[in-house]
Amino acid sequence: MKRSSRVLFNSCSIWKLFAVLPYAAALALNILIPPVIEVDELPFRALLAVLTVYFGARCLFSLRGGPRAEAFGRGARFYGAVGVLFMVWDVLSSKTGVLPLPFFPGPAQIMEVIFRERGVHAMNCLYSLRLFAAGFAAGTLCGSVSGILIGWSDRWHYWLFPVMKVAGVIPAIALVPLVLIVMPDTFSTAVTLVALSAWFPVAFTTARGIHSIDRTYFEAARILGANDFYMLRKIAIPGAVPAIFTGISTATGIAFSTLVVSEMIGARGGLGYYINLAMGWMNYASVYAAIVIMAILFISVLTAINGIKNRLLIWQKGLVK
Amino acid sequence: MDRGKTETASPADALPVVVEVKNVTREFRDGRGNGVAALDNVSLSVRQGEFVSLIGPSGCGKTSLLRLIAGLDAPQAGEILADGEPVTGTSYERGYVFQQANLFPWETVEENIAFGLKARGVYTEHRADVAEYLVMAGLKGFERAYPHQISGGMAQRAALVRSLINRPRVLLLDEPMGALDSFTRMDLQEKLLELWQSFGTTMILVTHDIDEAVYLSGRVVIMTPRPGRISEIIGIGSPFPRNRGSAVFVELRNRVLKKFHLAGAEPPAEYAI
Repeated sequence: MKRSSRVLFNSCSIWKLFAVLPYAAALALNILIPPVIEVDELPFRALLAVLTVYFGARCLFSLRGGPRAEAFGRGARFYGAVGVLFMVWDVLSSKTGVLPLPFFPGPAQIMEVIFRERGVHAMNCLYSLRLFAAGFAAGTLCGSVSGILIGWSDRWHYWLFPVMKVAGVIPAIALVPLVLIVMPDTFSTAVTLVALSAWFPVAFTTARGIHSIDRTYFEAARILGANDFYMLRKIAIPGAVPAIFTGISTATGIAFSTLVVSEMIGARGGLGYYINLAMGWMNYASVYAAIVIMAILFISVLTAINGIKNRLLIWQKGLVK
Repeated sequence: MDRGKTETASPADALPVVVEVKNVTREFRDGRGNGVAALDNVSLSVRQGEFVSLIGPSGCGKTSLLRLIAGLDAPQAGEILADGEPVTGTSYERGYVFQQANLFPWETVEENIAFGLKARGVYTEHRADVAEYLVMAGLKGFERAYPHQISGGMAQRAALVRSLINRPRVLLLDEPMGALDSFTRMDLQEKLLELWQSFGTTMILVTHDIDEAVYLSGRVVIMTPRPGRISEIIGIGSPFPRNRGSAVFVELRNRVLKKFHLAGAEPPAEYAI
């Protein structure tokens, strides 16, 4: 009896409840206190309700123990703090008007925009994703190919490496005037900028990756009968894949910012375009809504890239159990 | 032929010479730019089907010699002939097994073993060999495993058959058992003998383990450092299978050990009594 109560206390201790209670409290406060401004509070309430149920369920399931329960226990304080933040923010904005408008809207106003303009946001996400996919794929491809050439052949290294060294430090955005002249329309301009920003980090790490492949792999392959081209395909390229992914993860961050900036300078859709537009109308709730959606979108992209990486690098020690 | 049972100290002169090392010198530059002779005027010939061990303390040039025979390196003076032809580069006919198994980590065990066949473009004709060599290496059931998932002994067995699948004329073994624990090492020694006897491949083994050299080889080549030279070649006449505990074995082992002292070189510390 004593043991089971201790287990209960340990596994669903104060901290685990703390992950749930702030959301429930925020929801209660939101319903009890009337807003001082005109706002549709339903989307925010729905969000709080969903989060309350979600963390409540995780808290309940963590009673059974196991690694997921431990992970929840570790994260519980943080989840709870976010709930507290929601509650305080909501009270300080829509409920009391302490935070000055229109610059600092409350979470209810942001959720209202996200919900009301969901069709526009979905469209903008697709615009941004299309631009990112085209630019990033082109940049990664060019980056890996030039990195492999530089890493593999001394001649390419001699001619291309210094060029890359200089070109690599120039932010892609600085090349806007040039790219605008060369490219026929704004979409291809944006694609080029995103591609350029992904190109150099990928090329650099790929070249370095090939250089750091253990020399004896090449010796073993040569003795087993491989010619240069076969070694390129079967030793240099697979051996460089971890480095290519190191470059890709550096490049994604840079490519995201290039993406948003290039959408701001003359695209006809996309999250960057939307932020620019909303700013023009002093509609800060929409700006924040776009930022929230951007964060979710970019995290999803990173997760997808990570998934591909784990699939491709299954041979690496310690990466998979 | 039943070479295993009738191996003698001096192999039958009728068998052709597979590897001939003629007055080879190889120098390396040290940090100050002075030449250090890793090999100084070394000559050695190895006949078909022989099992020869190169043994000596570190710096005696045994690995340098093996790399020269493989064609991974070129001598400053002298020449190396393989089947009568000068060695100018590597060839799949001179297989090489490294101290670290050196399996390609991004390929499965099966893909590693098939590498030579695929690289040479003969995979379709010899596809069935891969399964056969997998069994030979005792790796059935590990086809789809990646090198980091198997033990050191398994990796080294895979590396052995990865070289043998090319049916090389000679297999060069660069301390392939150096990084293994003693039980795994003895296991691999048996496997090596078994493969040698069934394939008849000429073997040149670099080792710093006197027991291993005496247990496996027909001839033990003792090398001394600074400059790297061959000081003695001892024929091991006793037939296979050899018994590590027998009086003959111990006597042979002591003979090799004594040669080390006579040659003025200290044997590796682990053999100091």
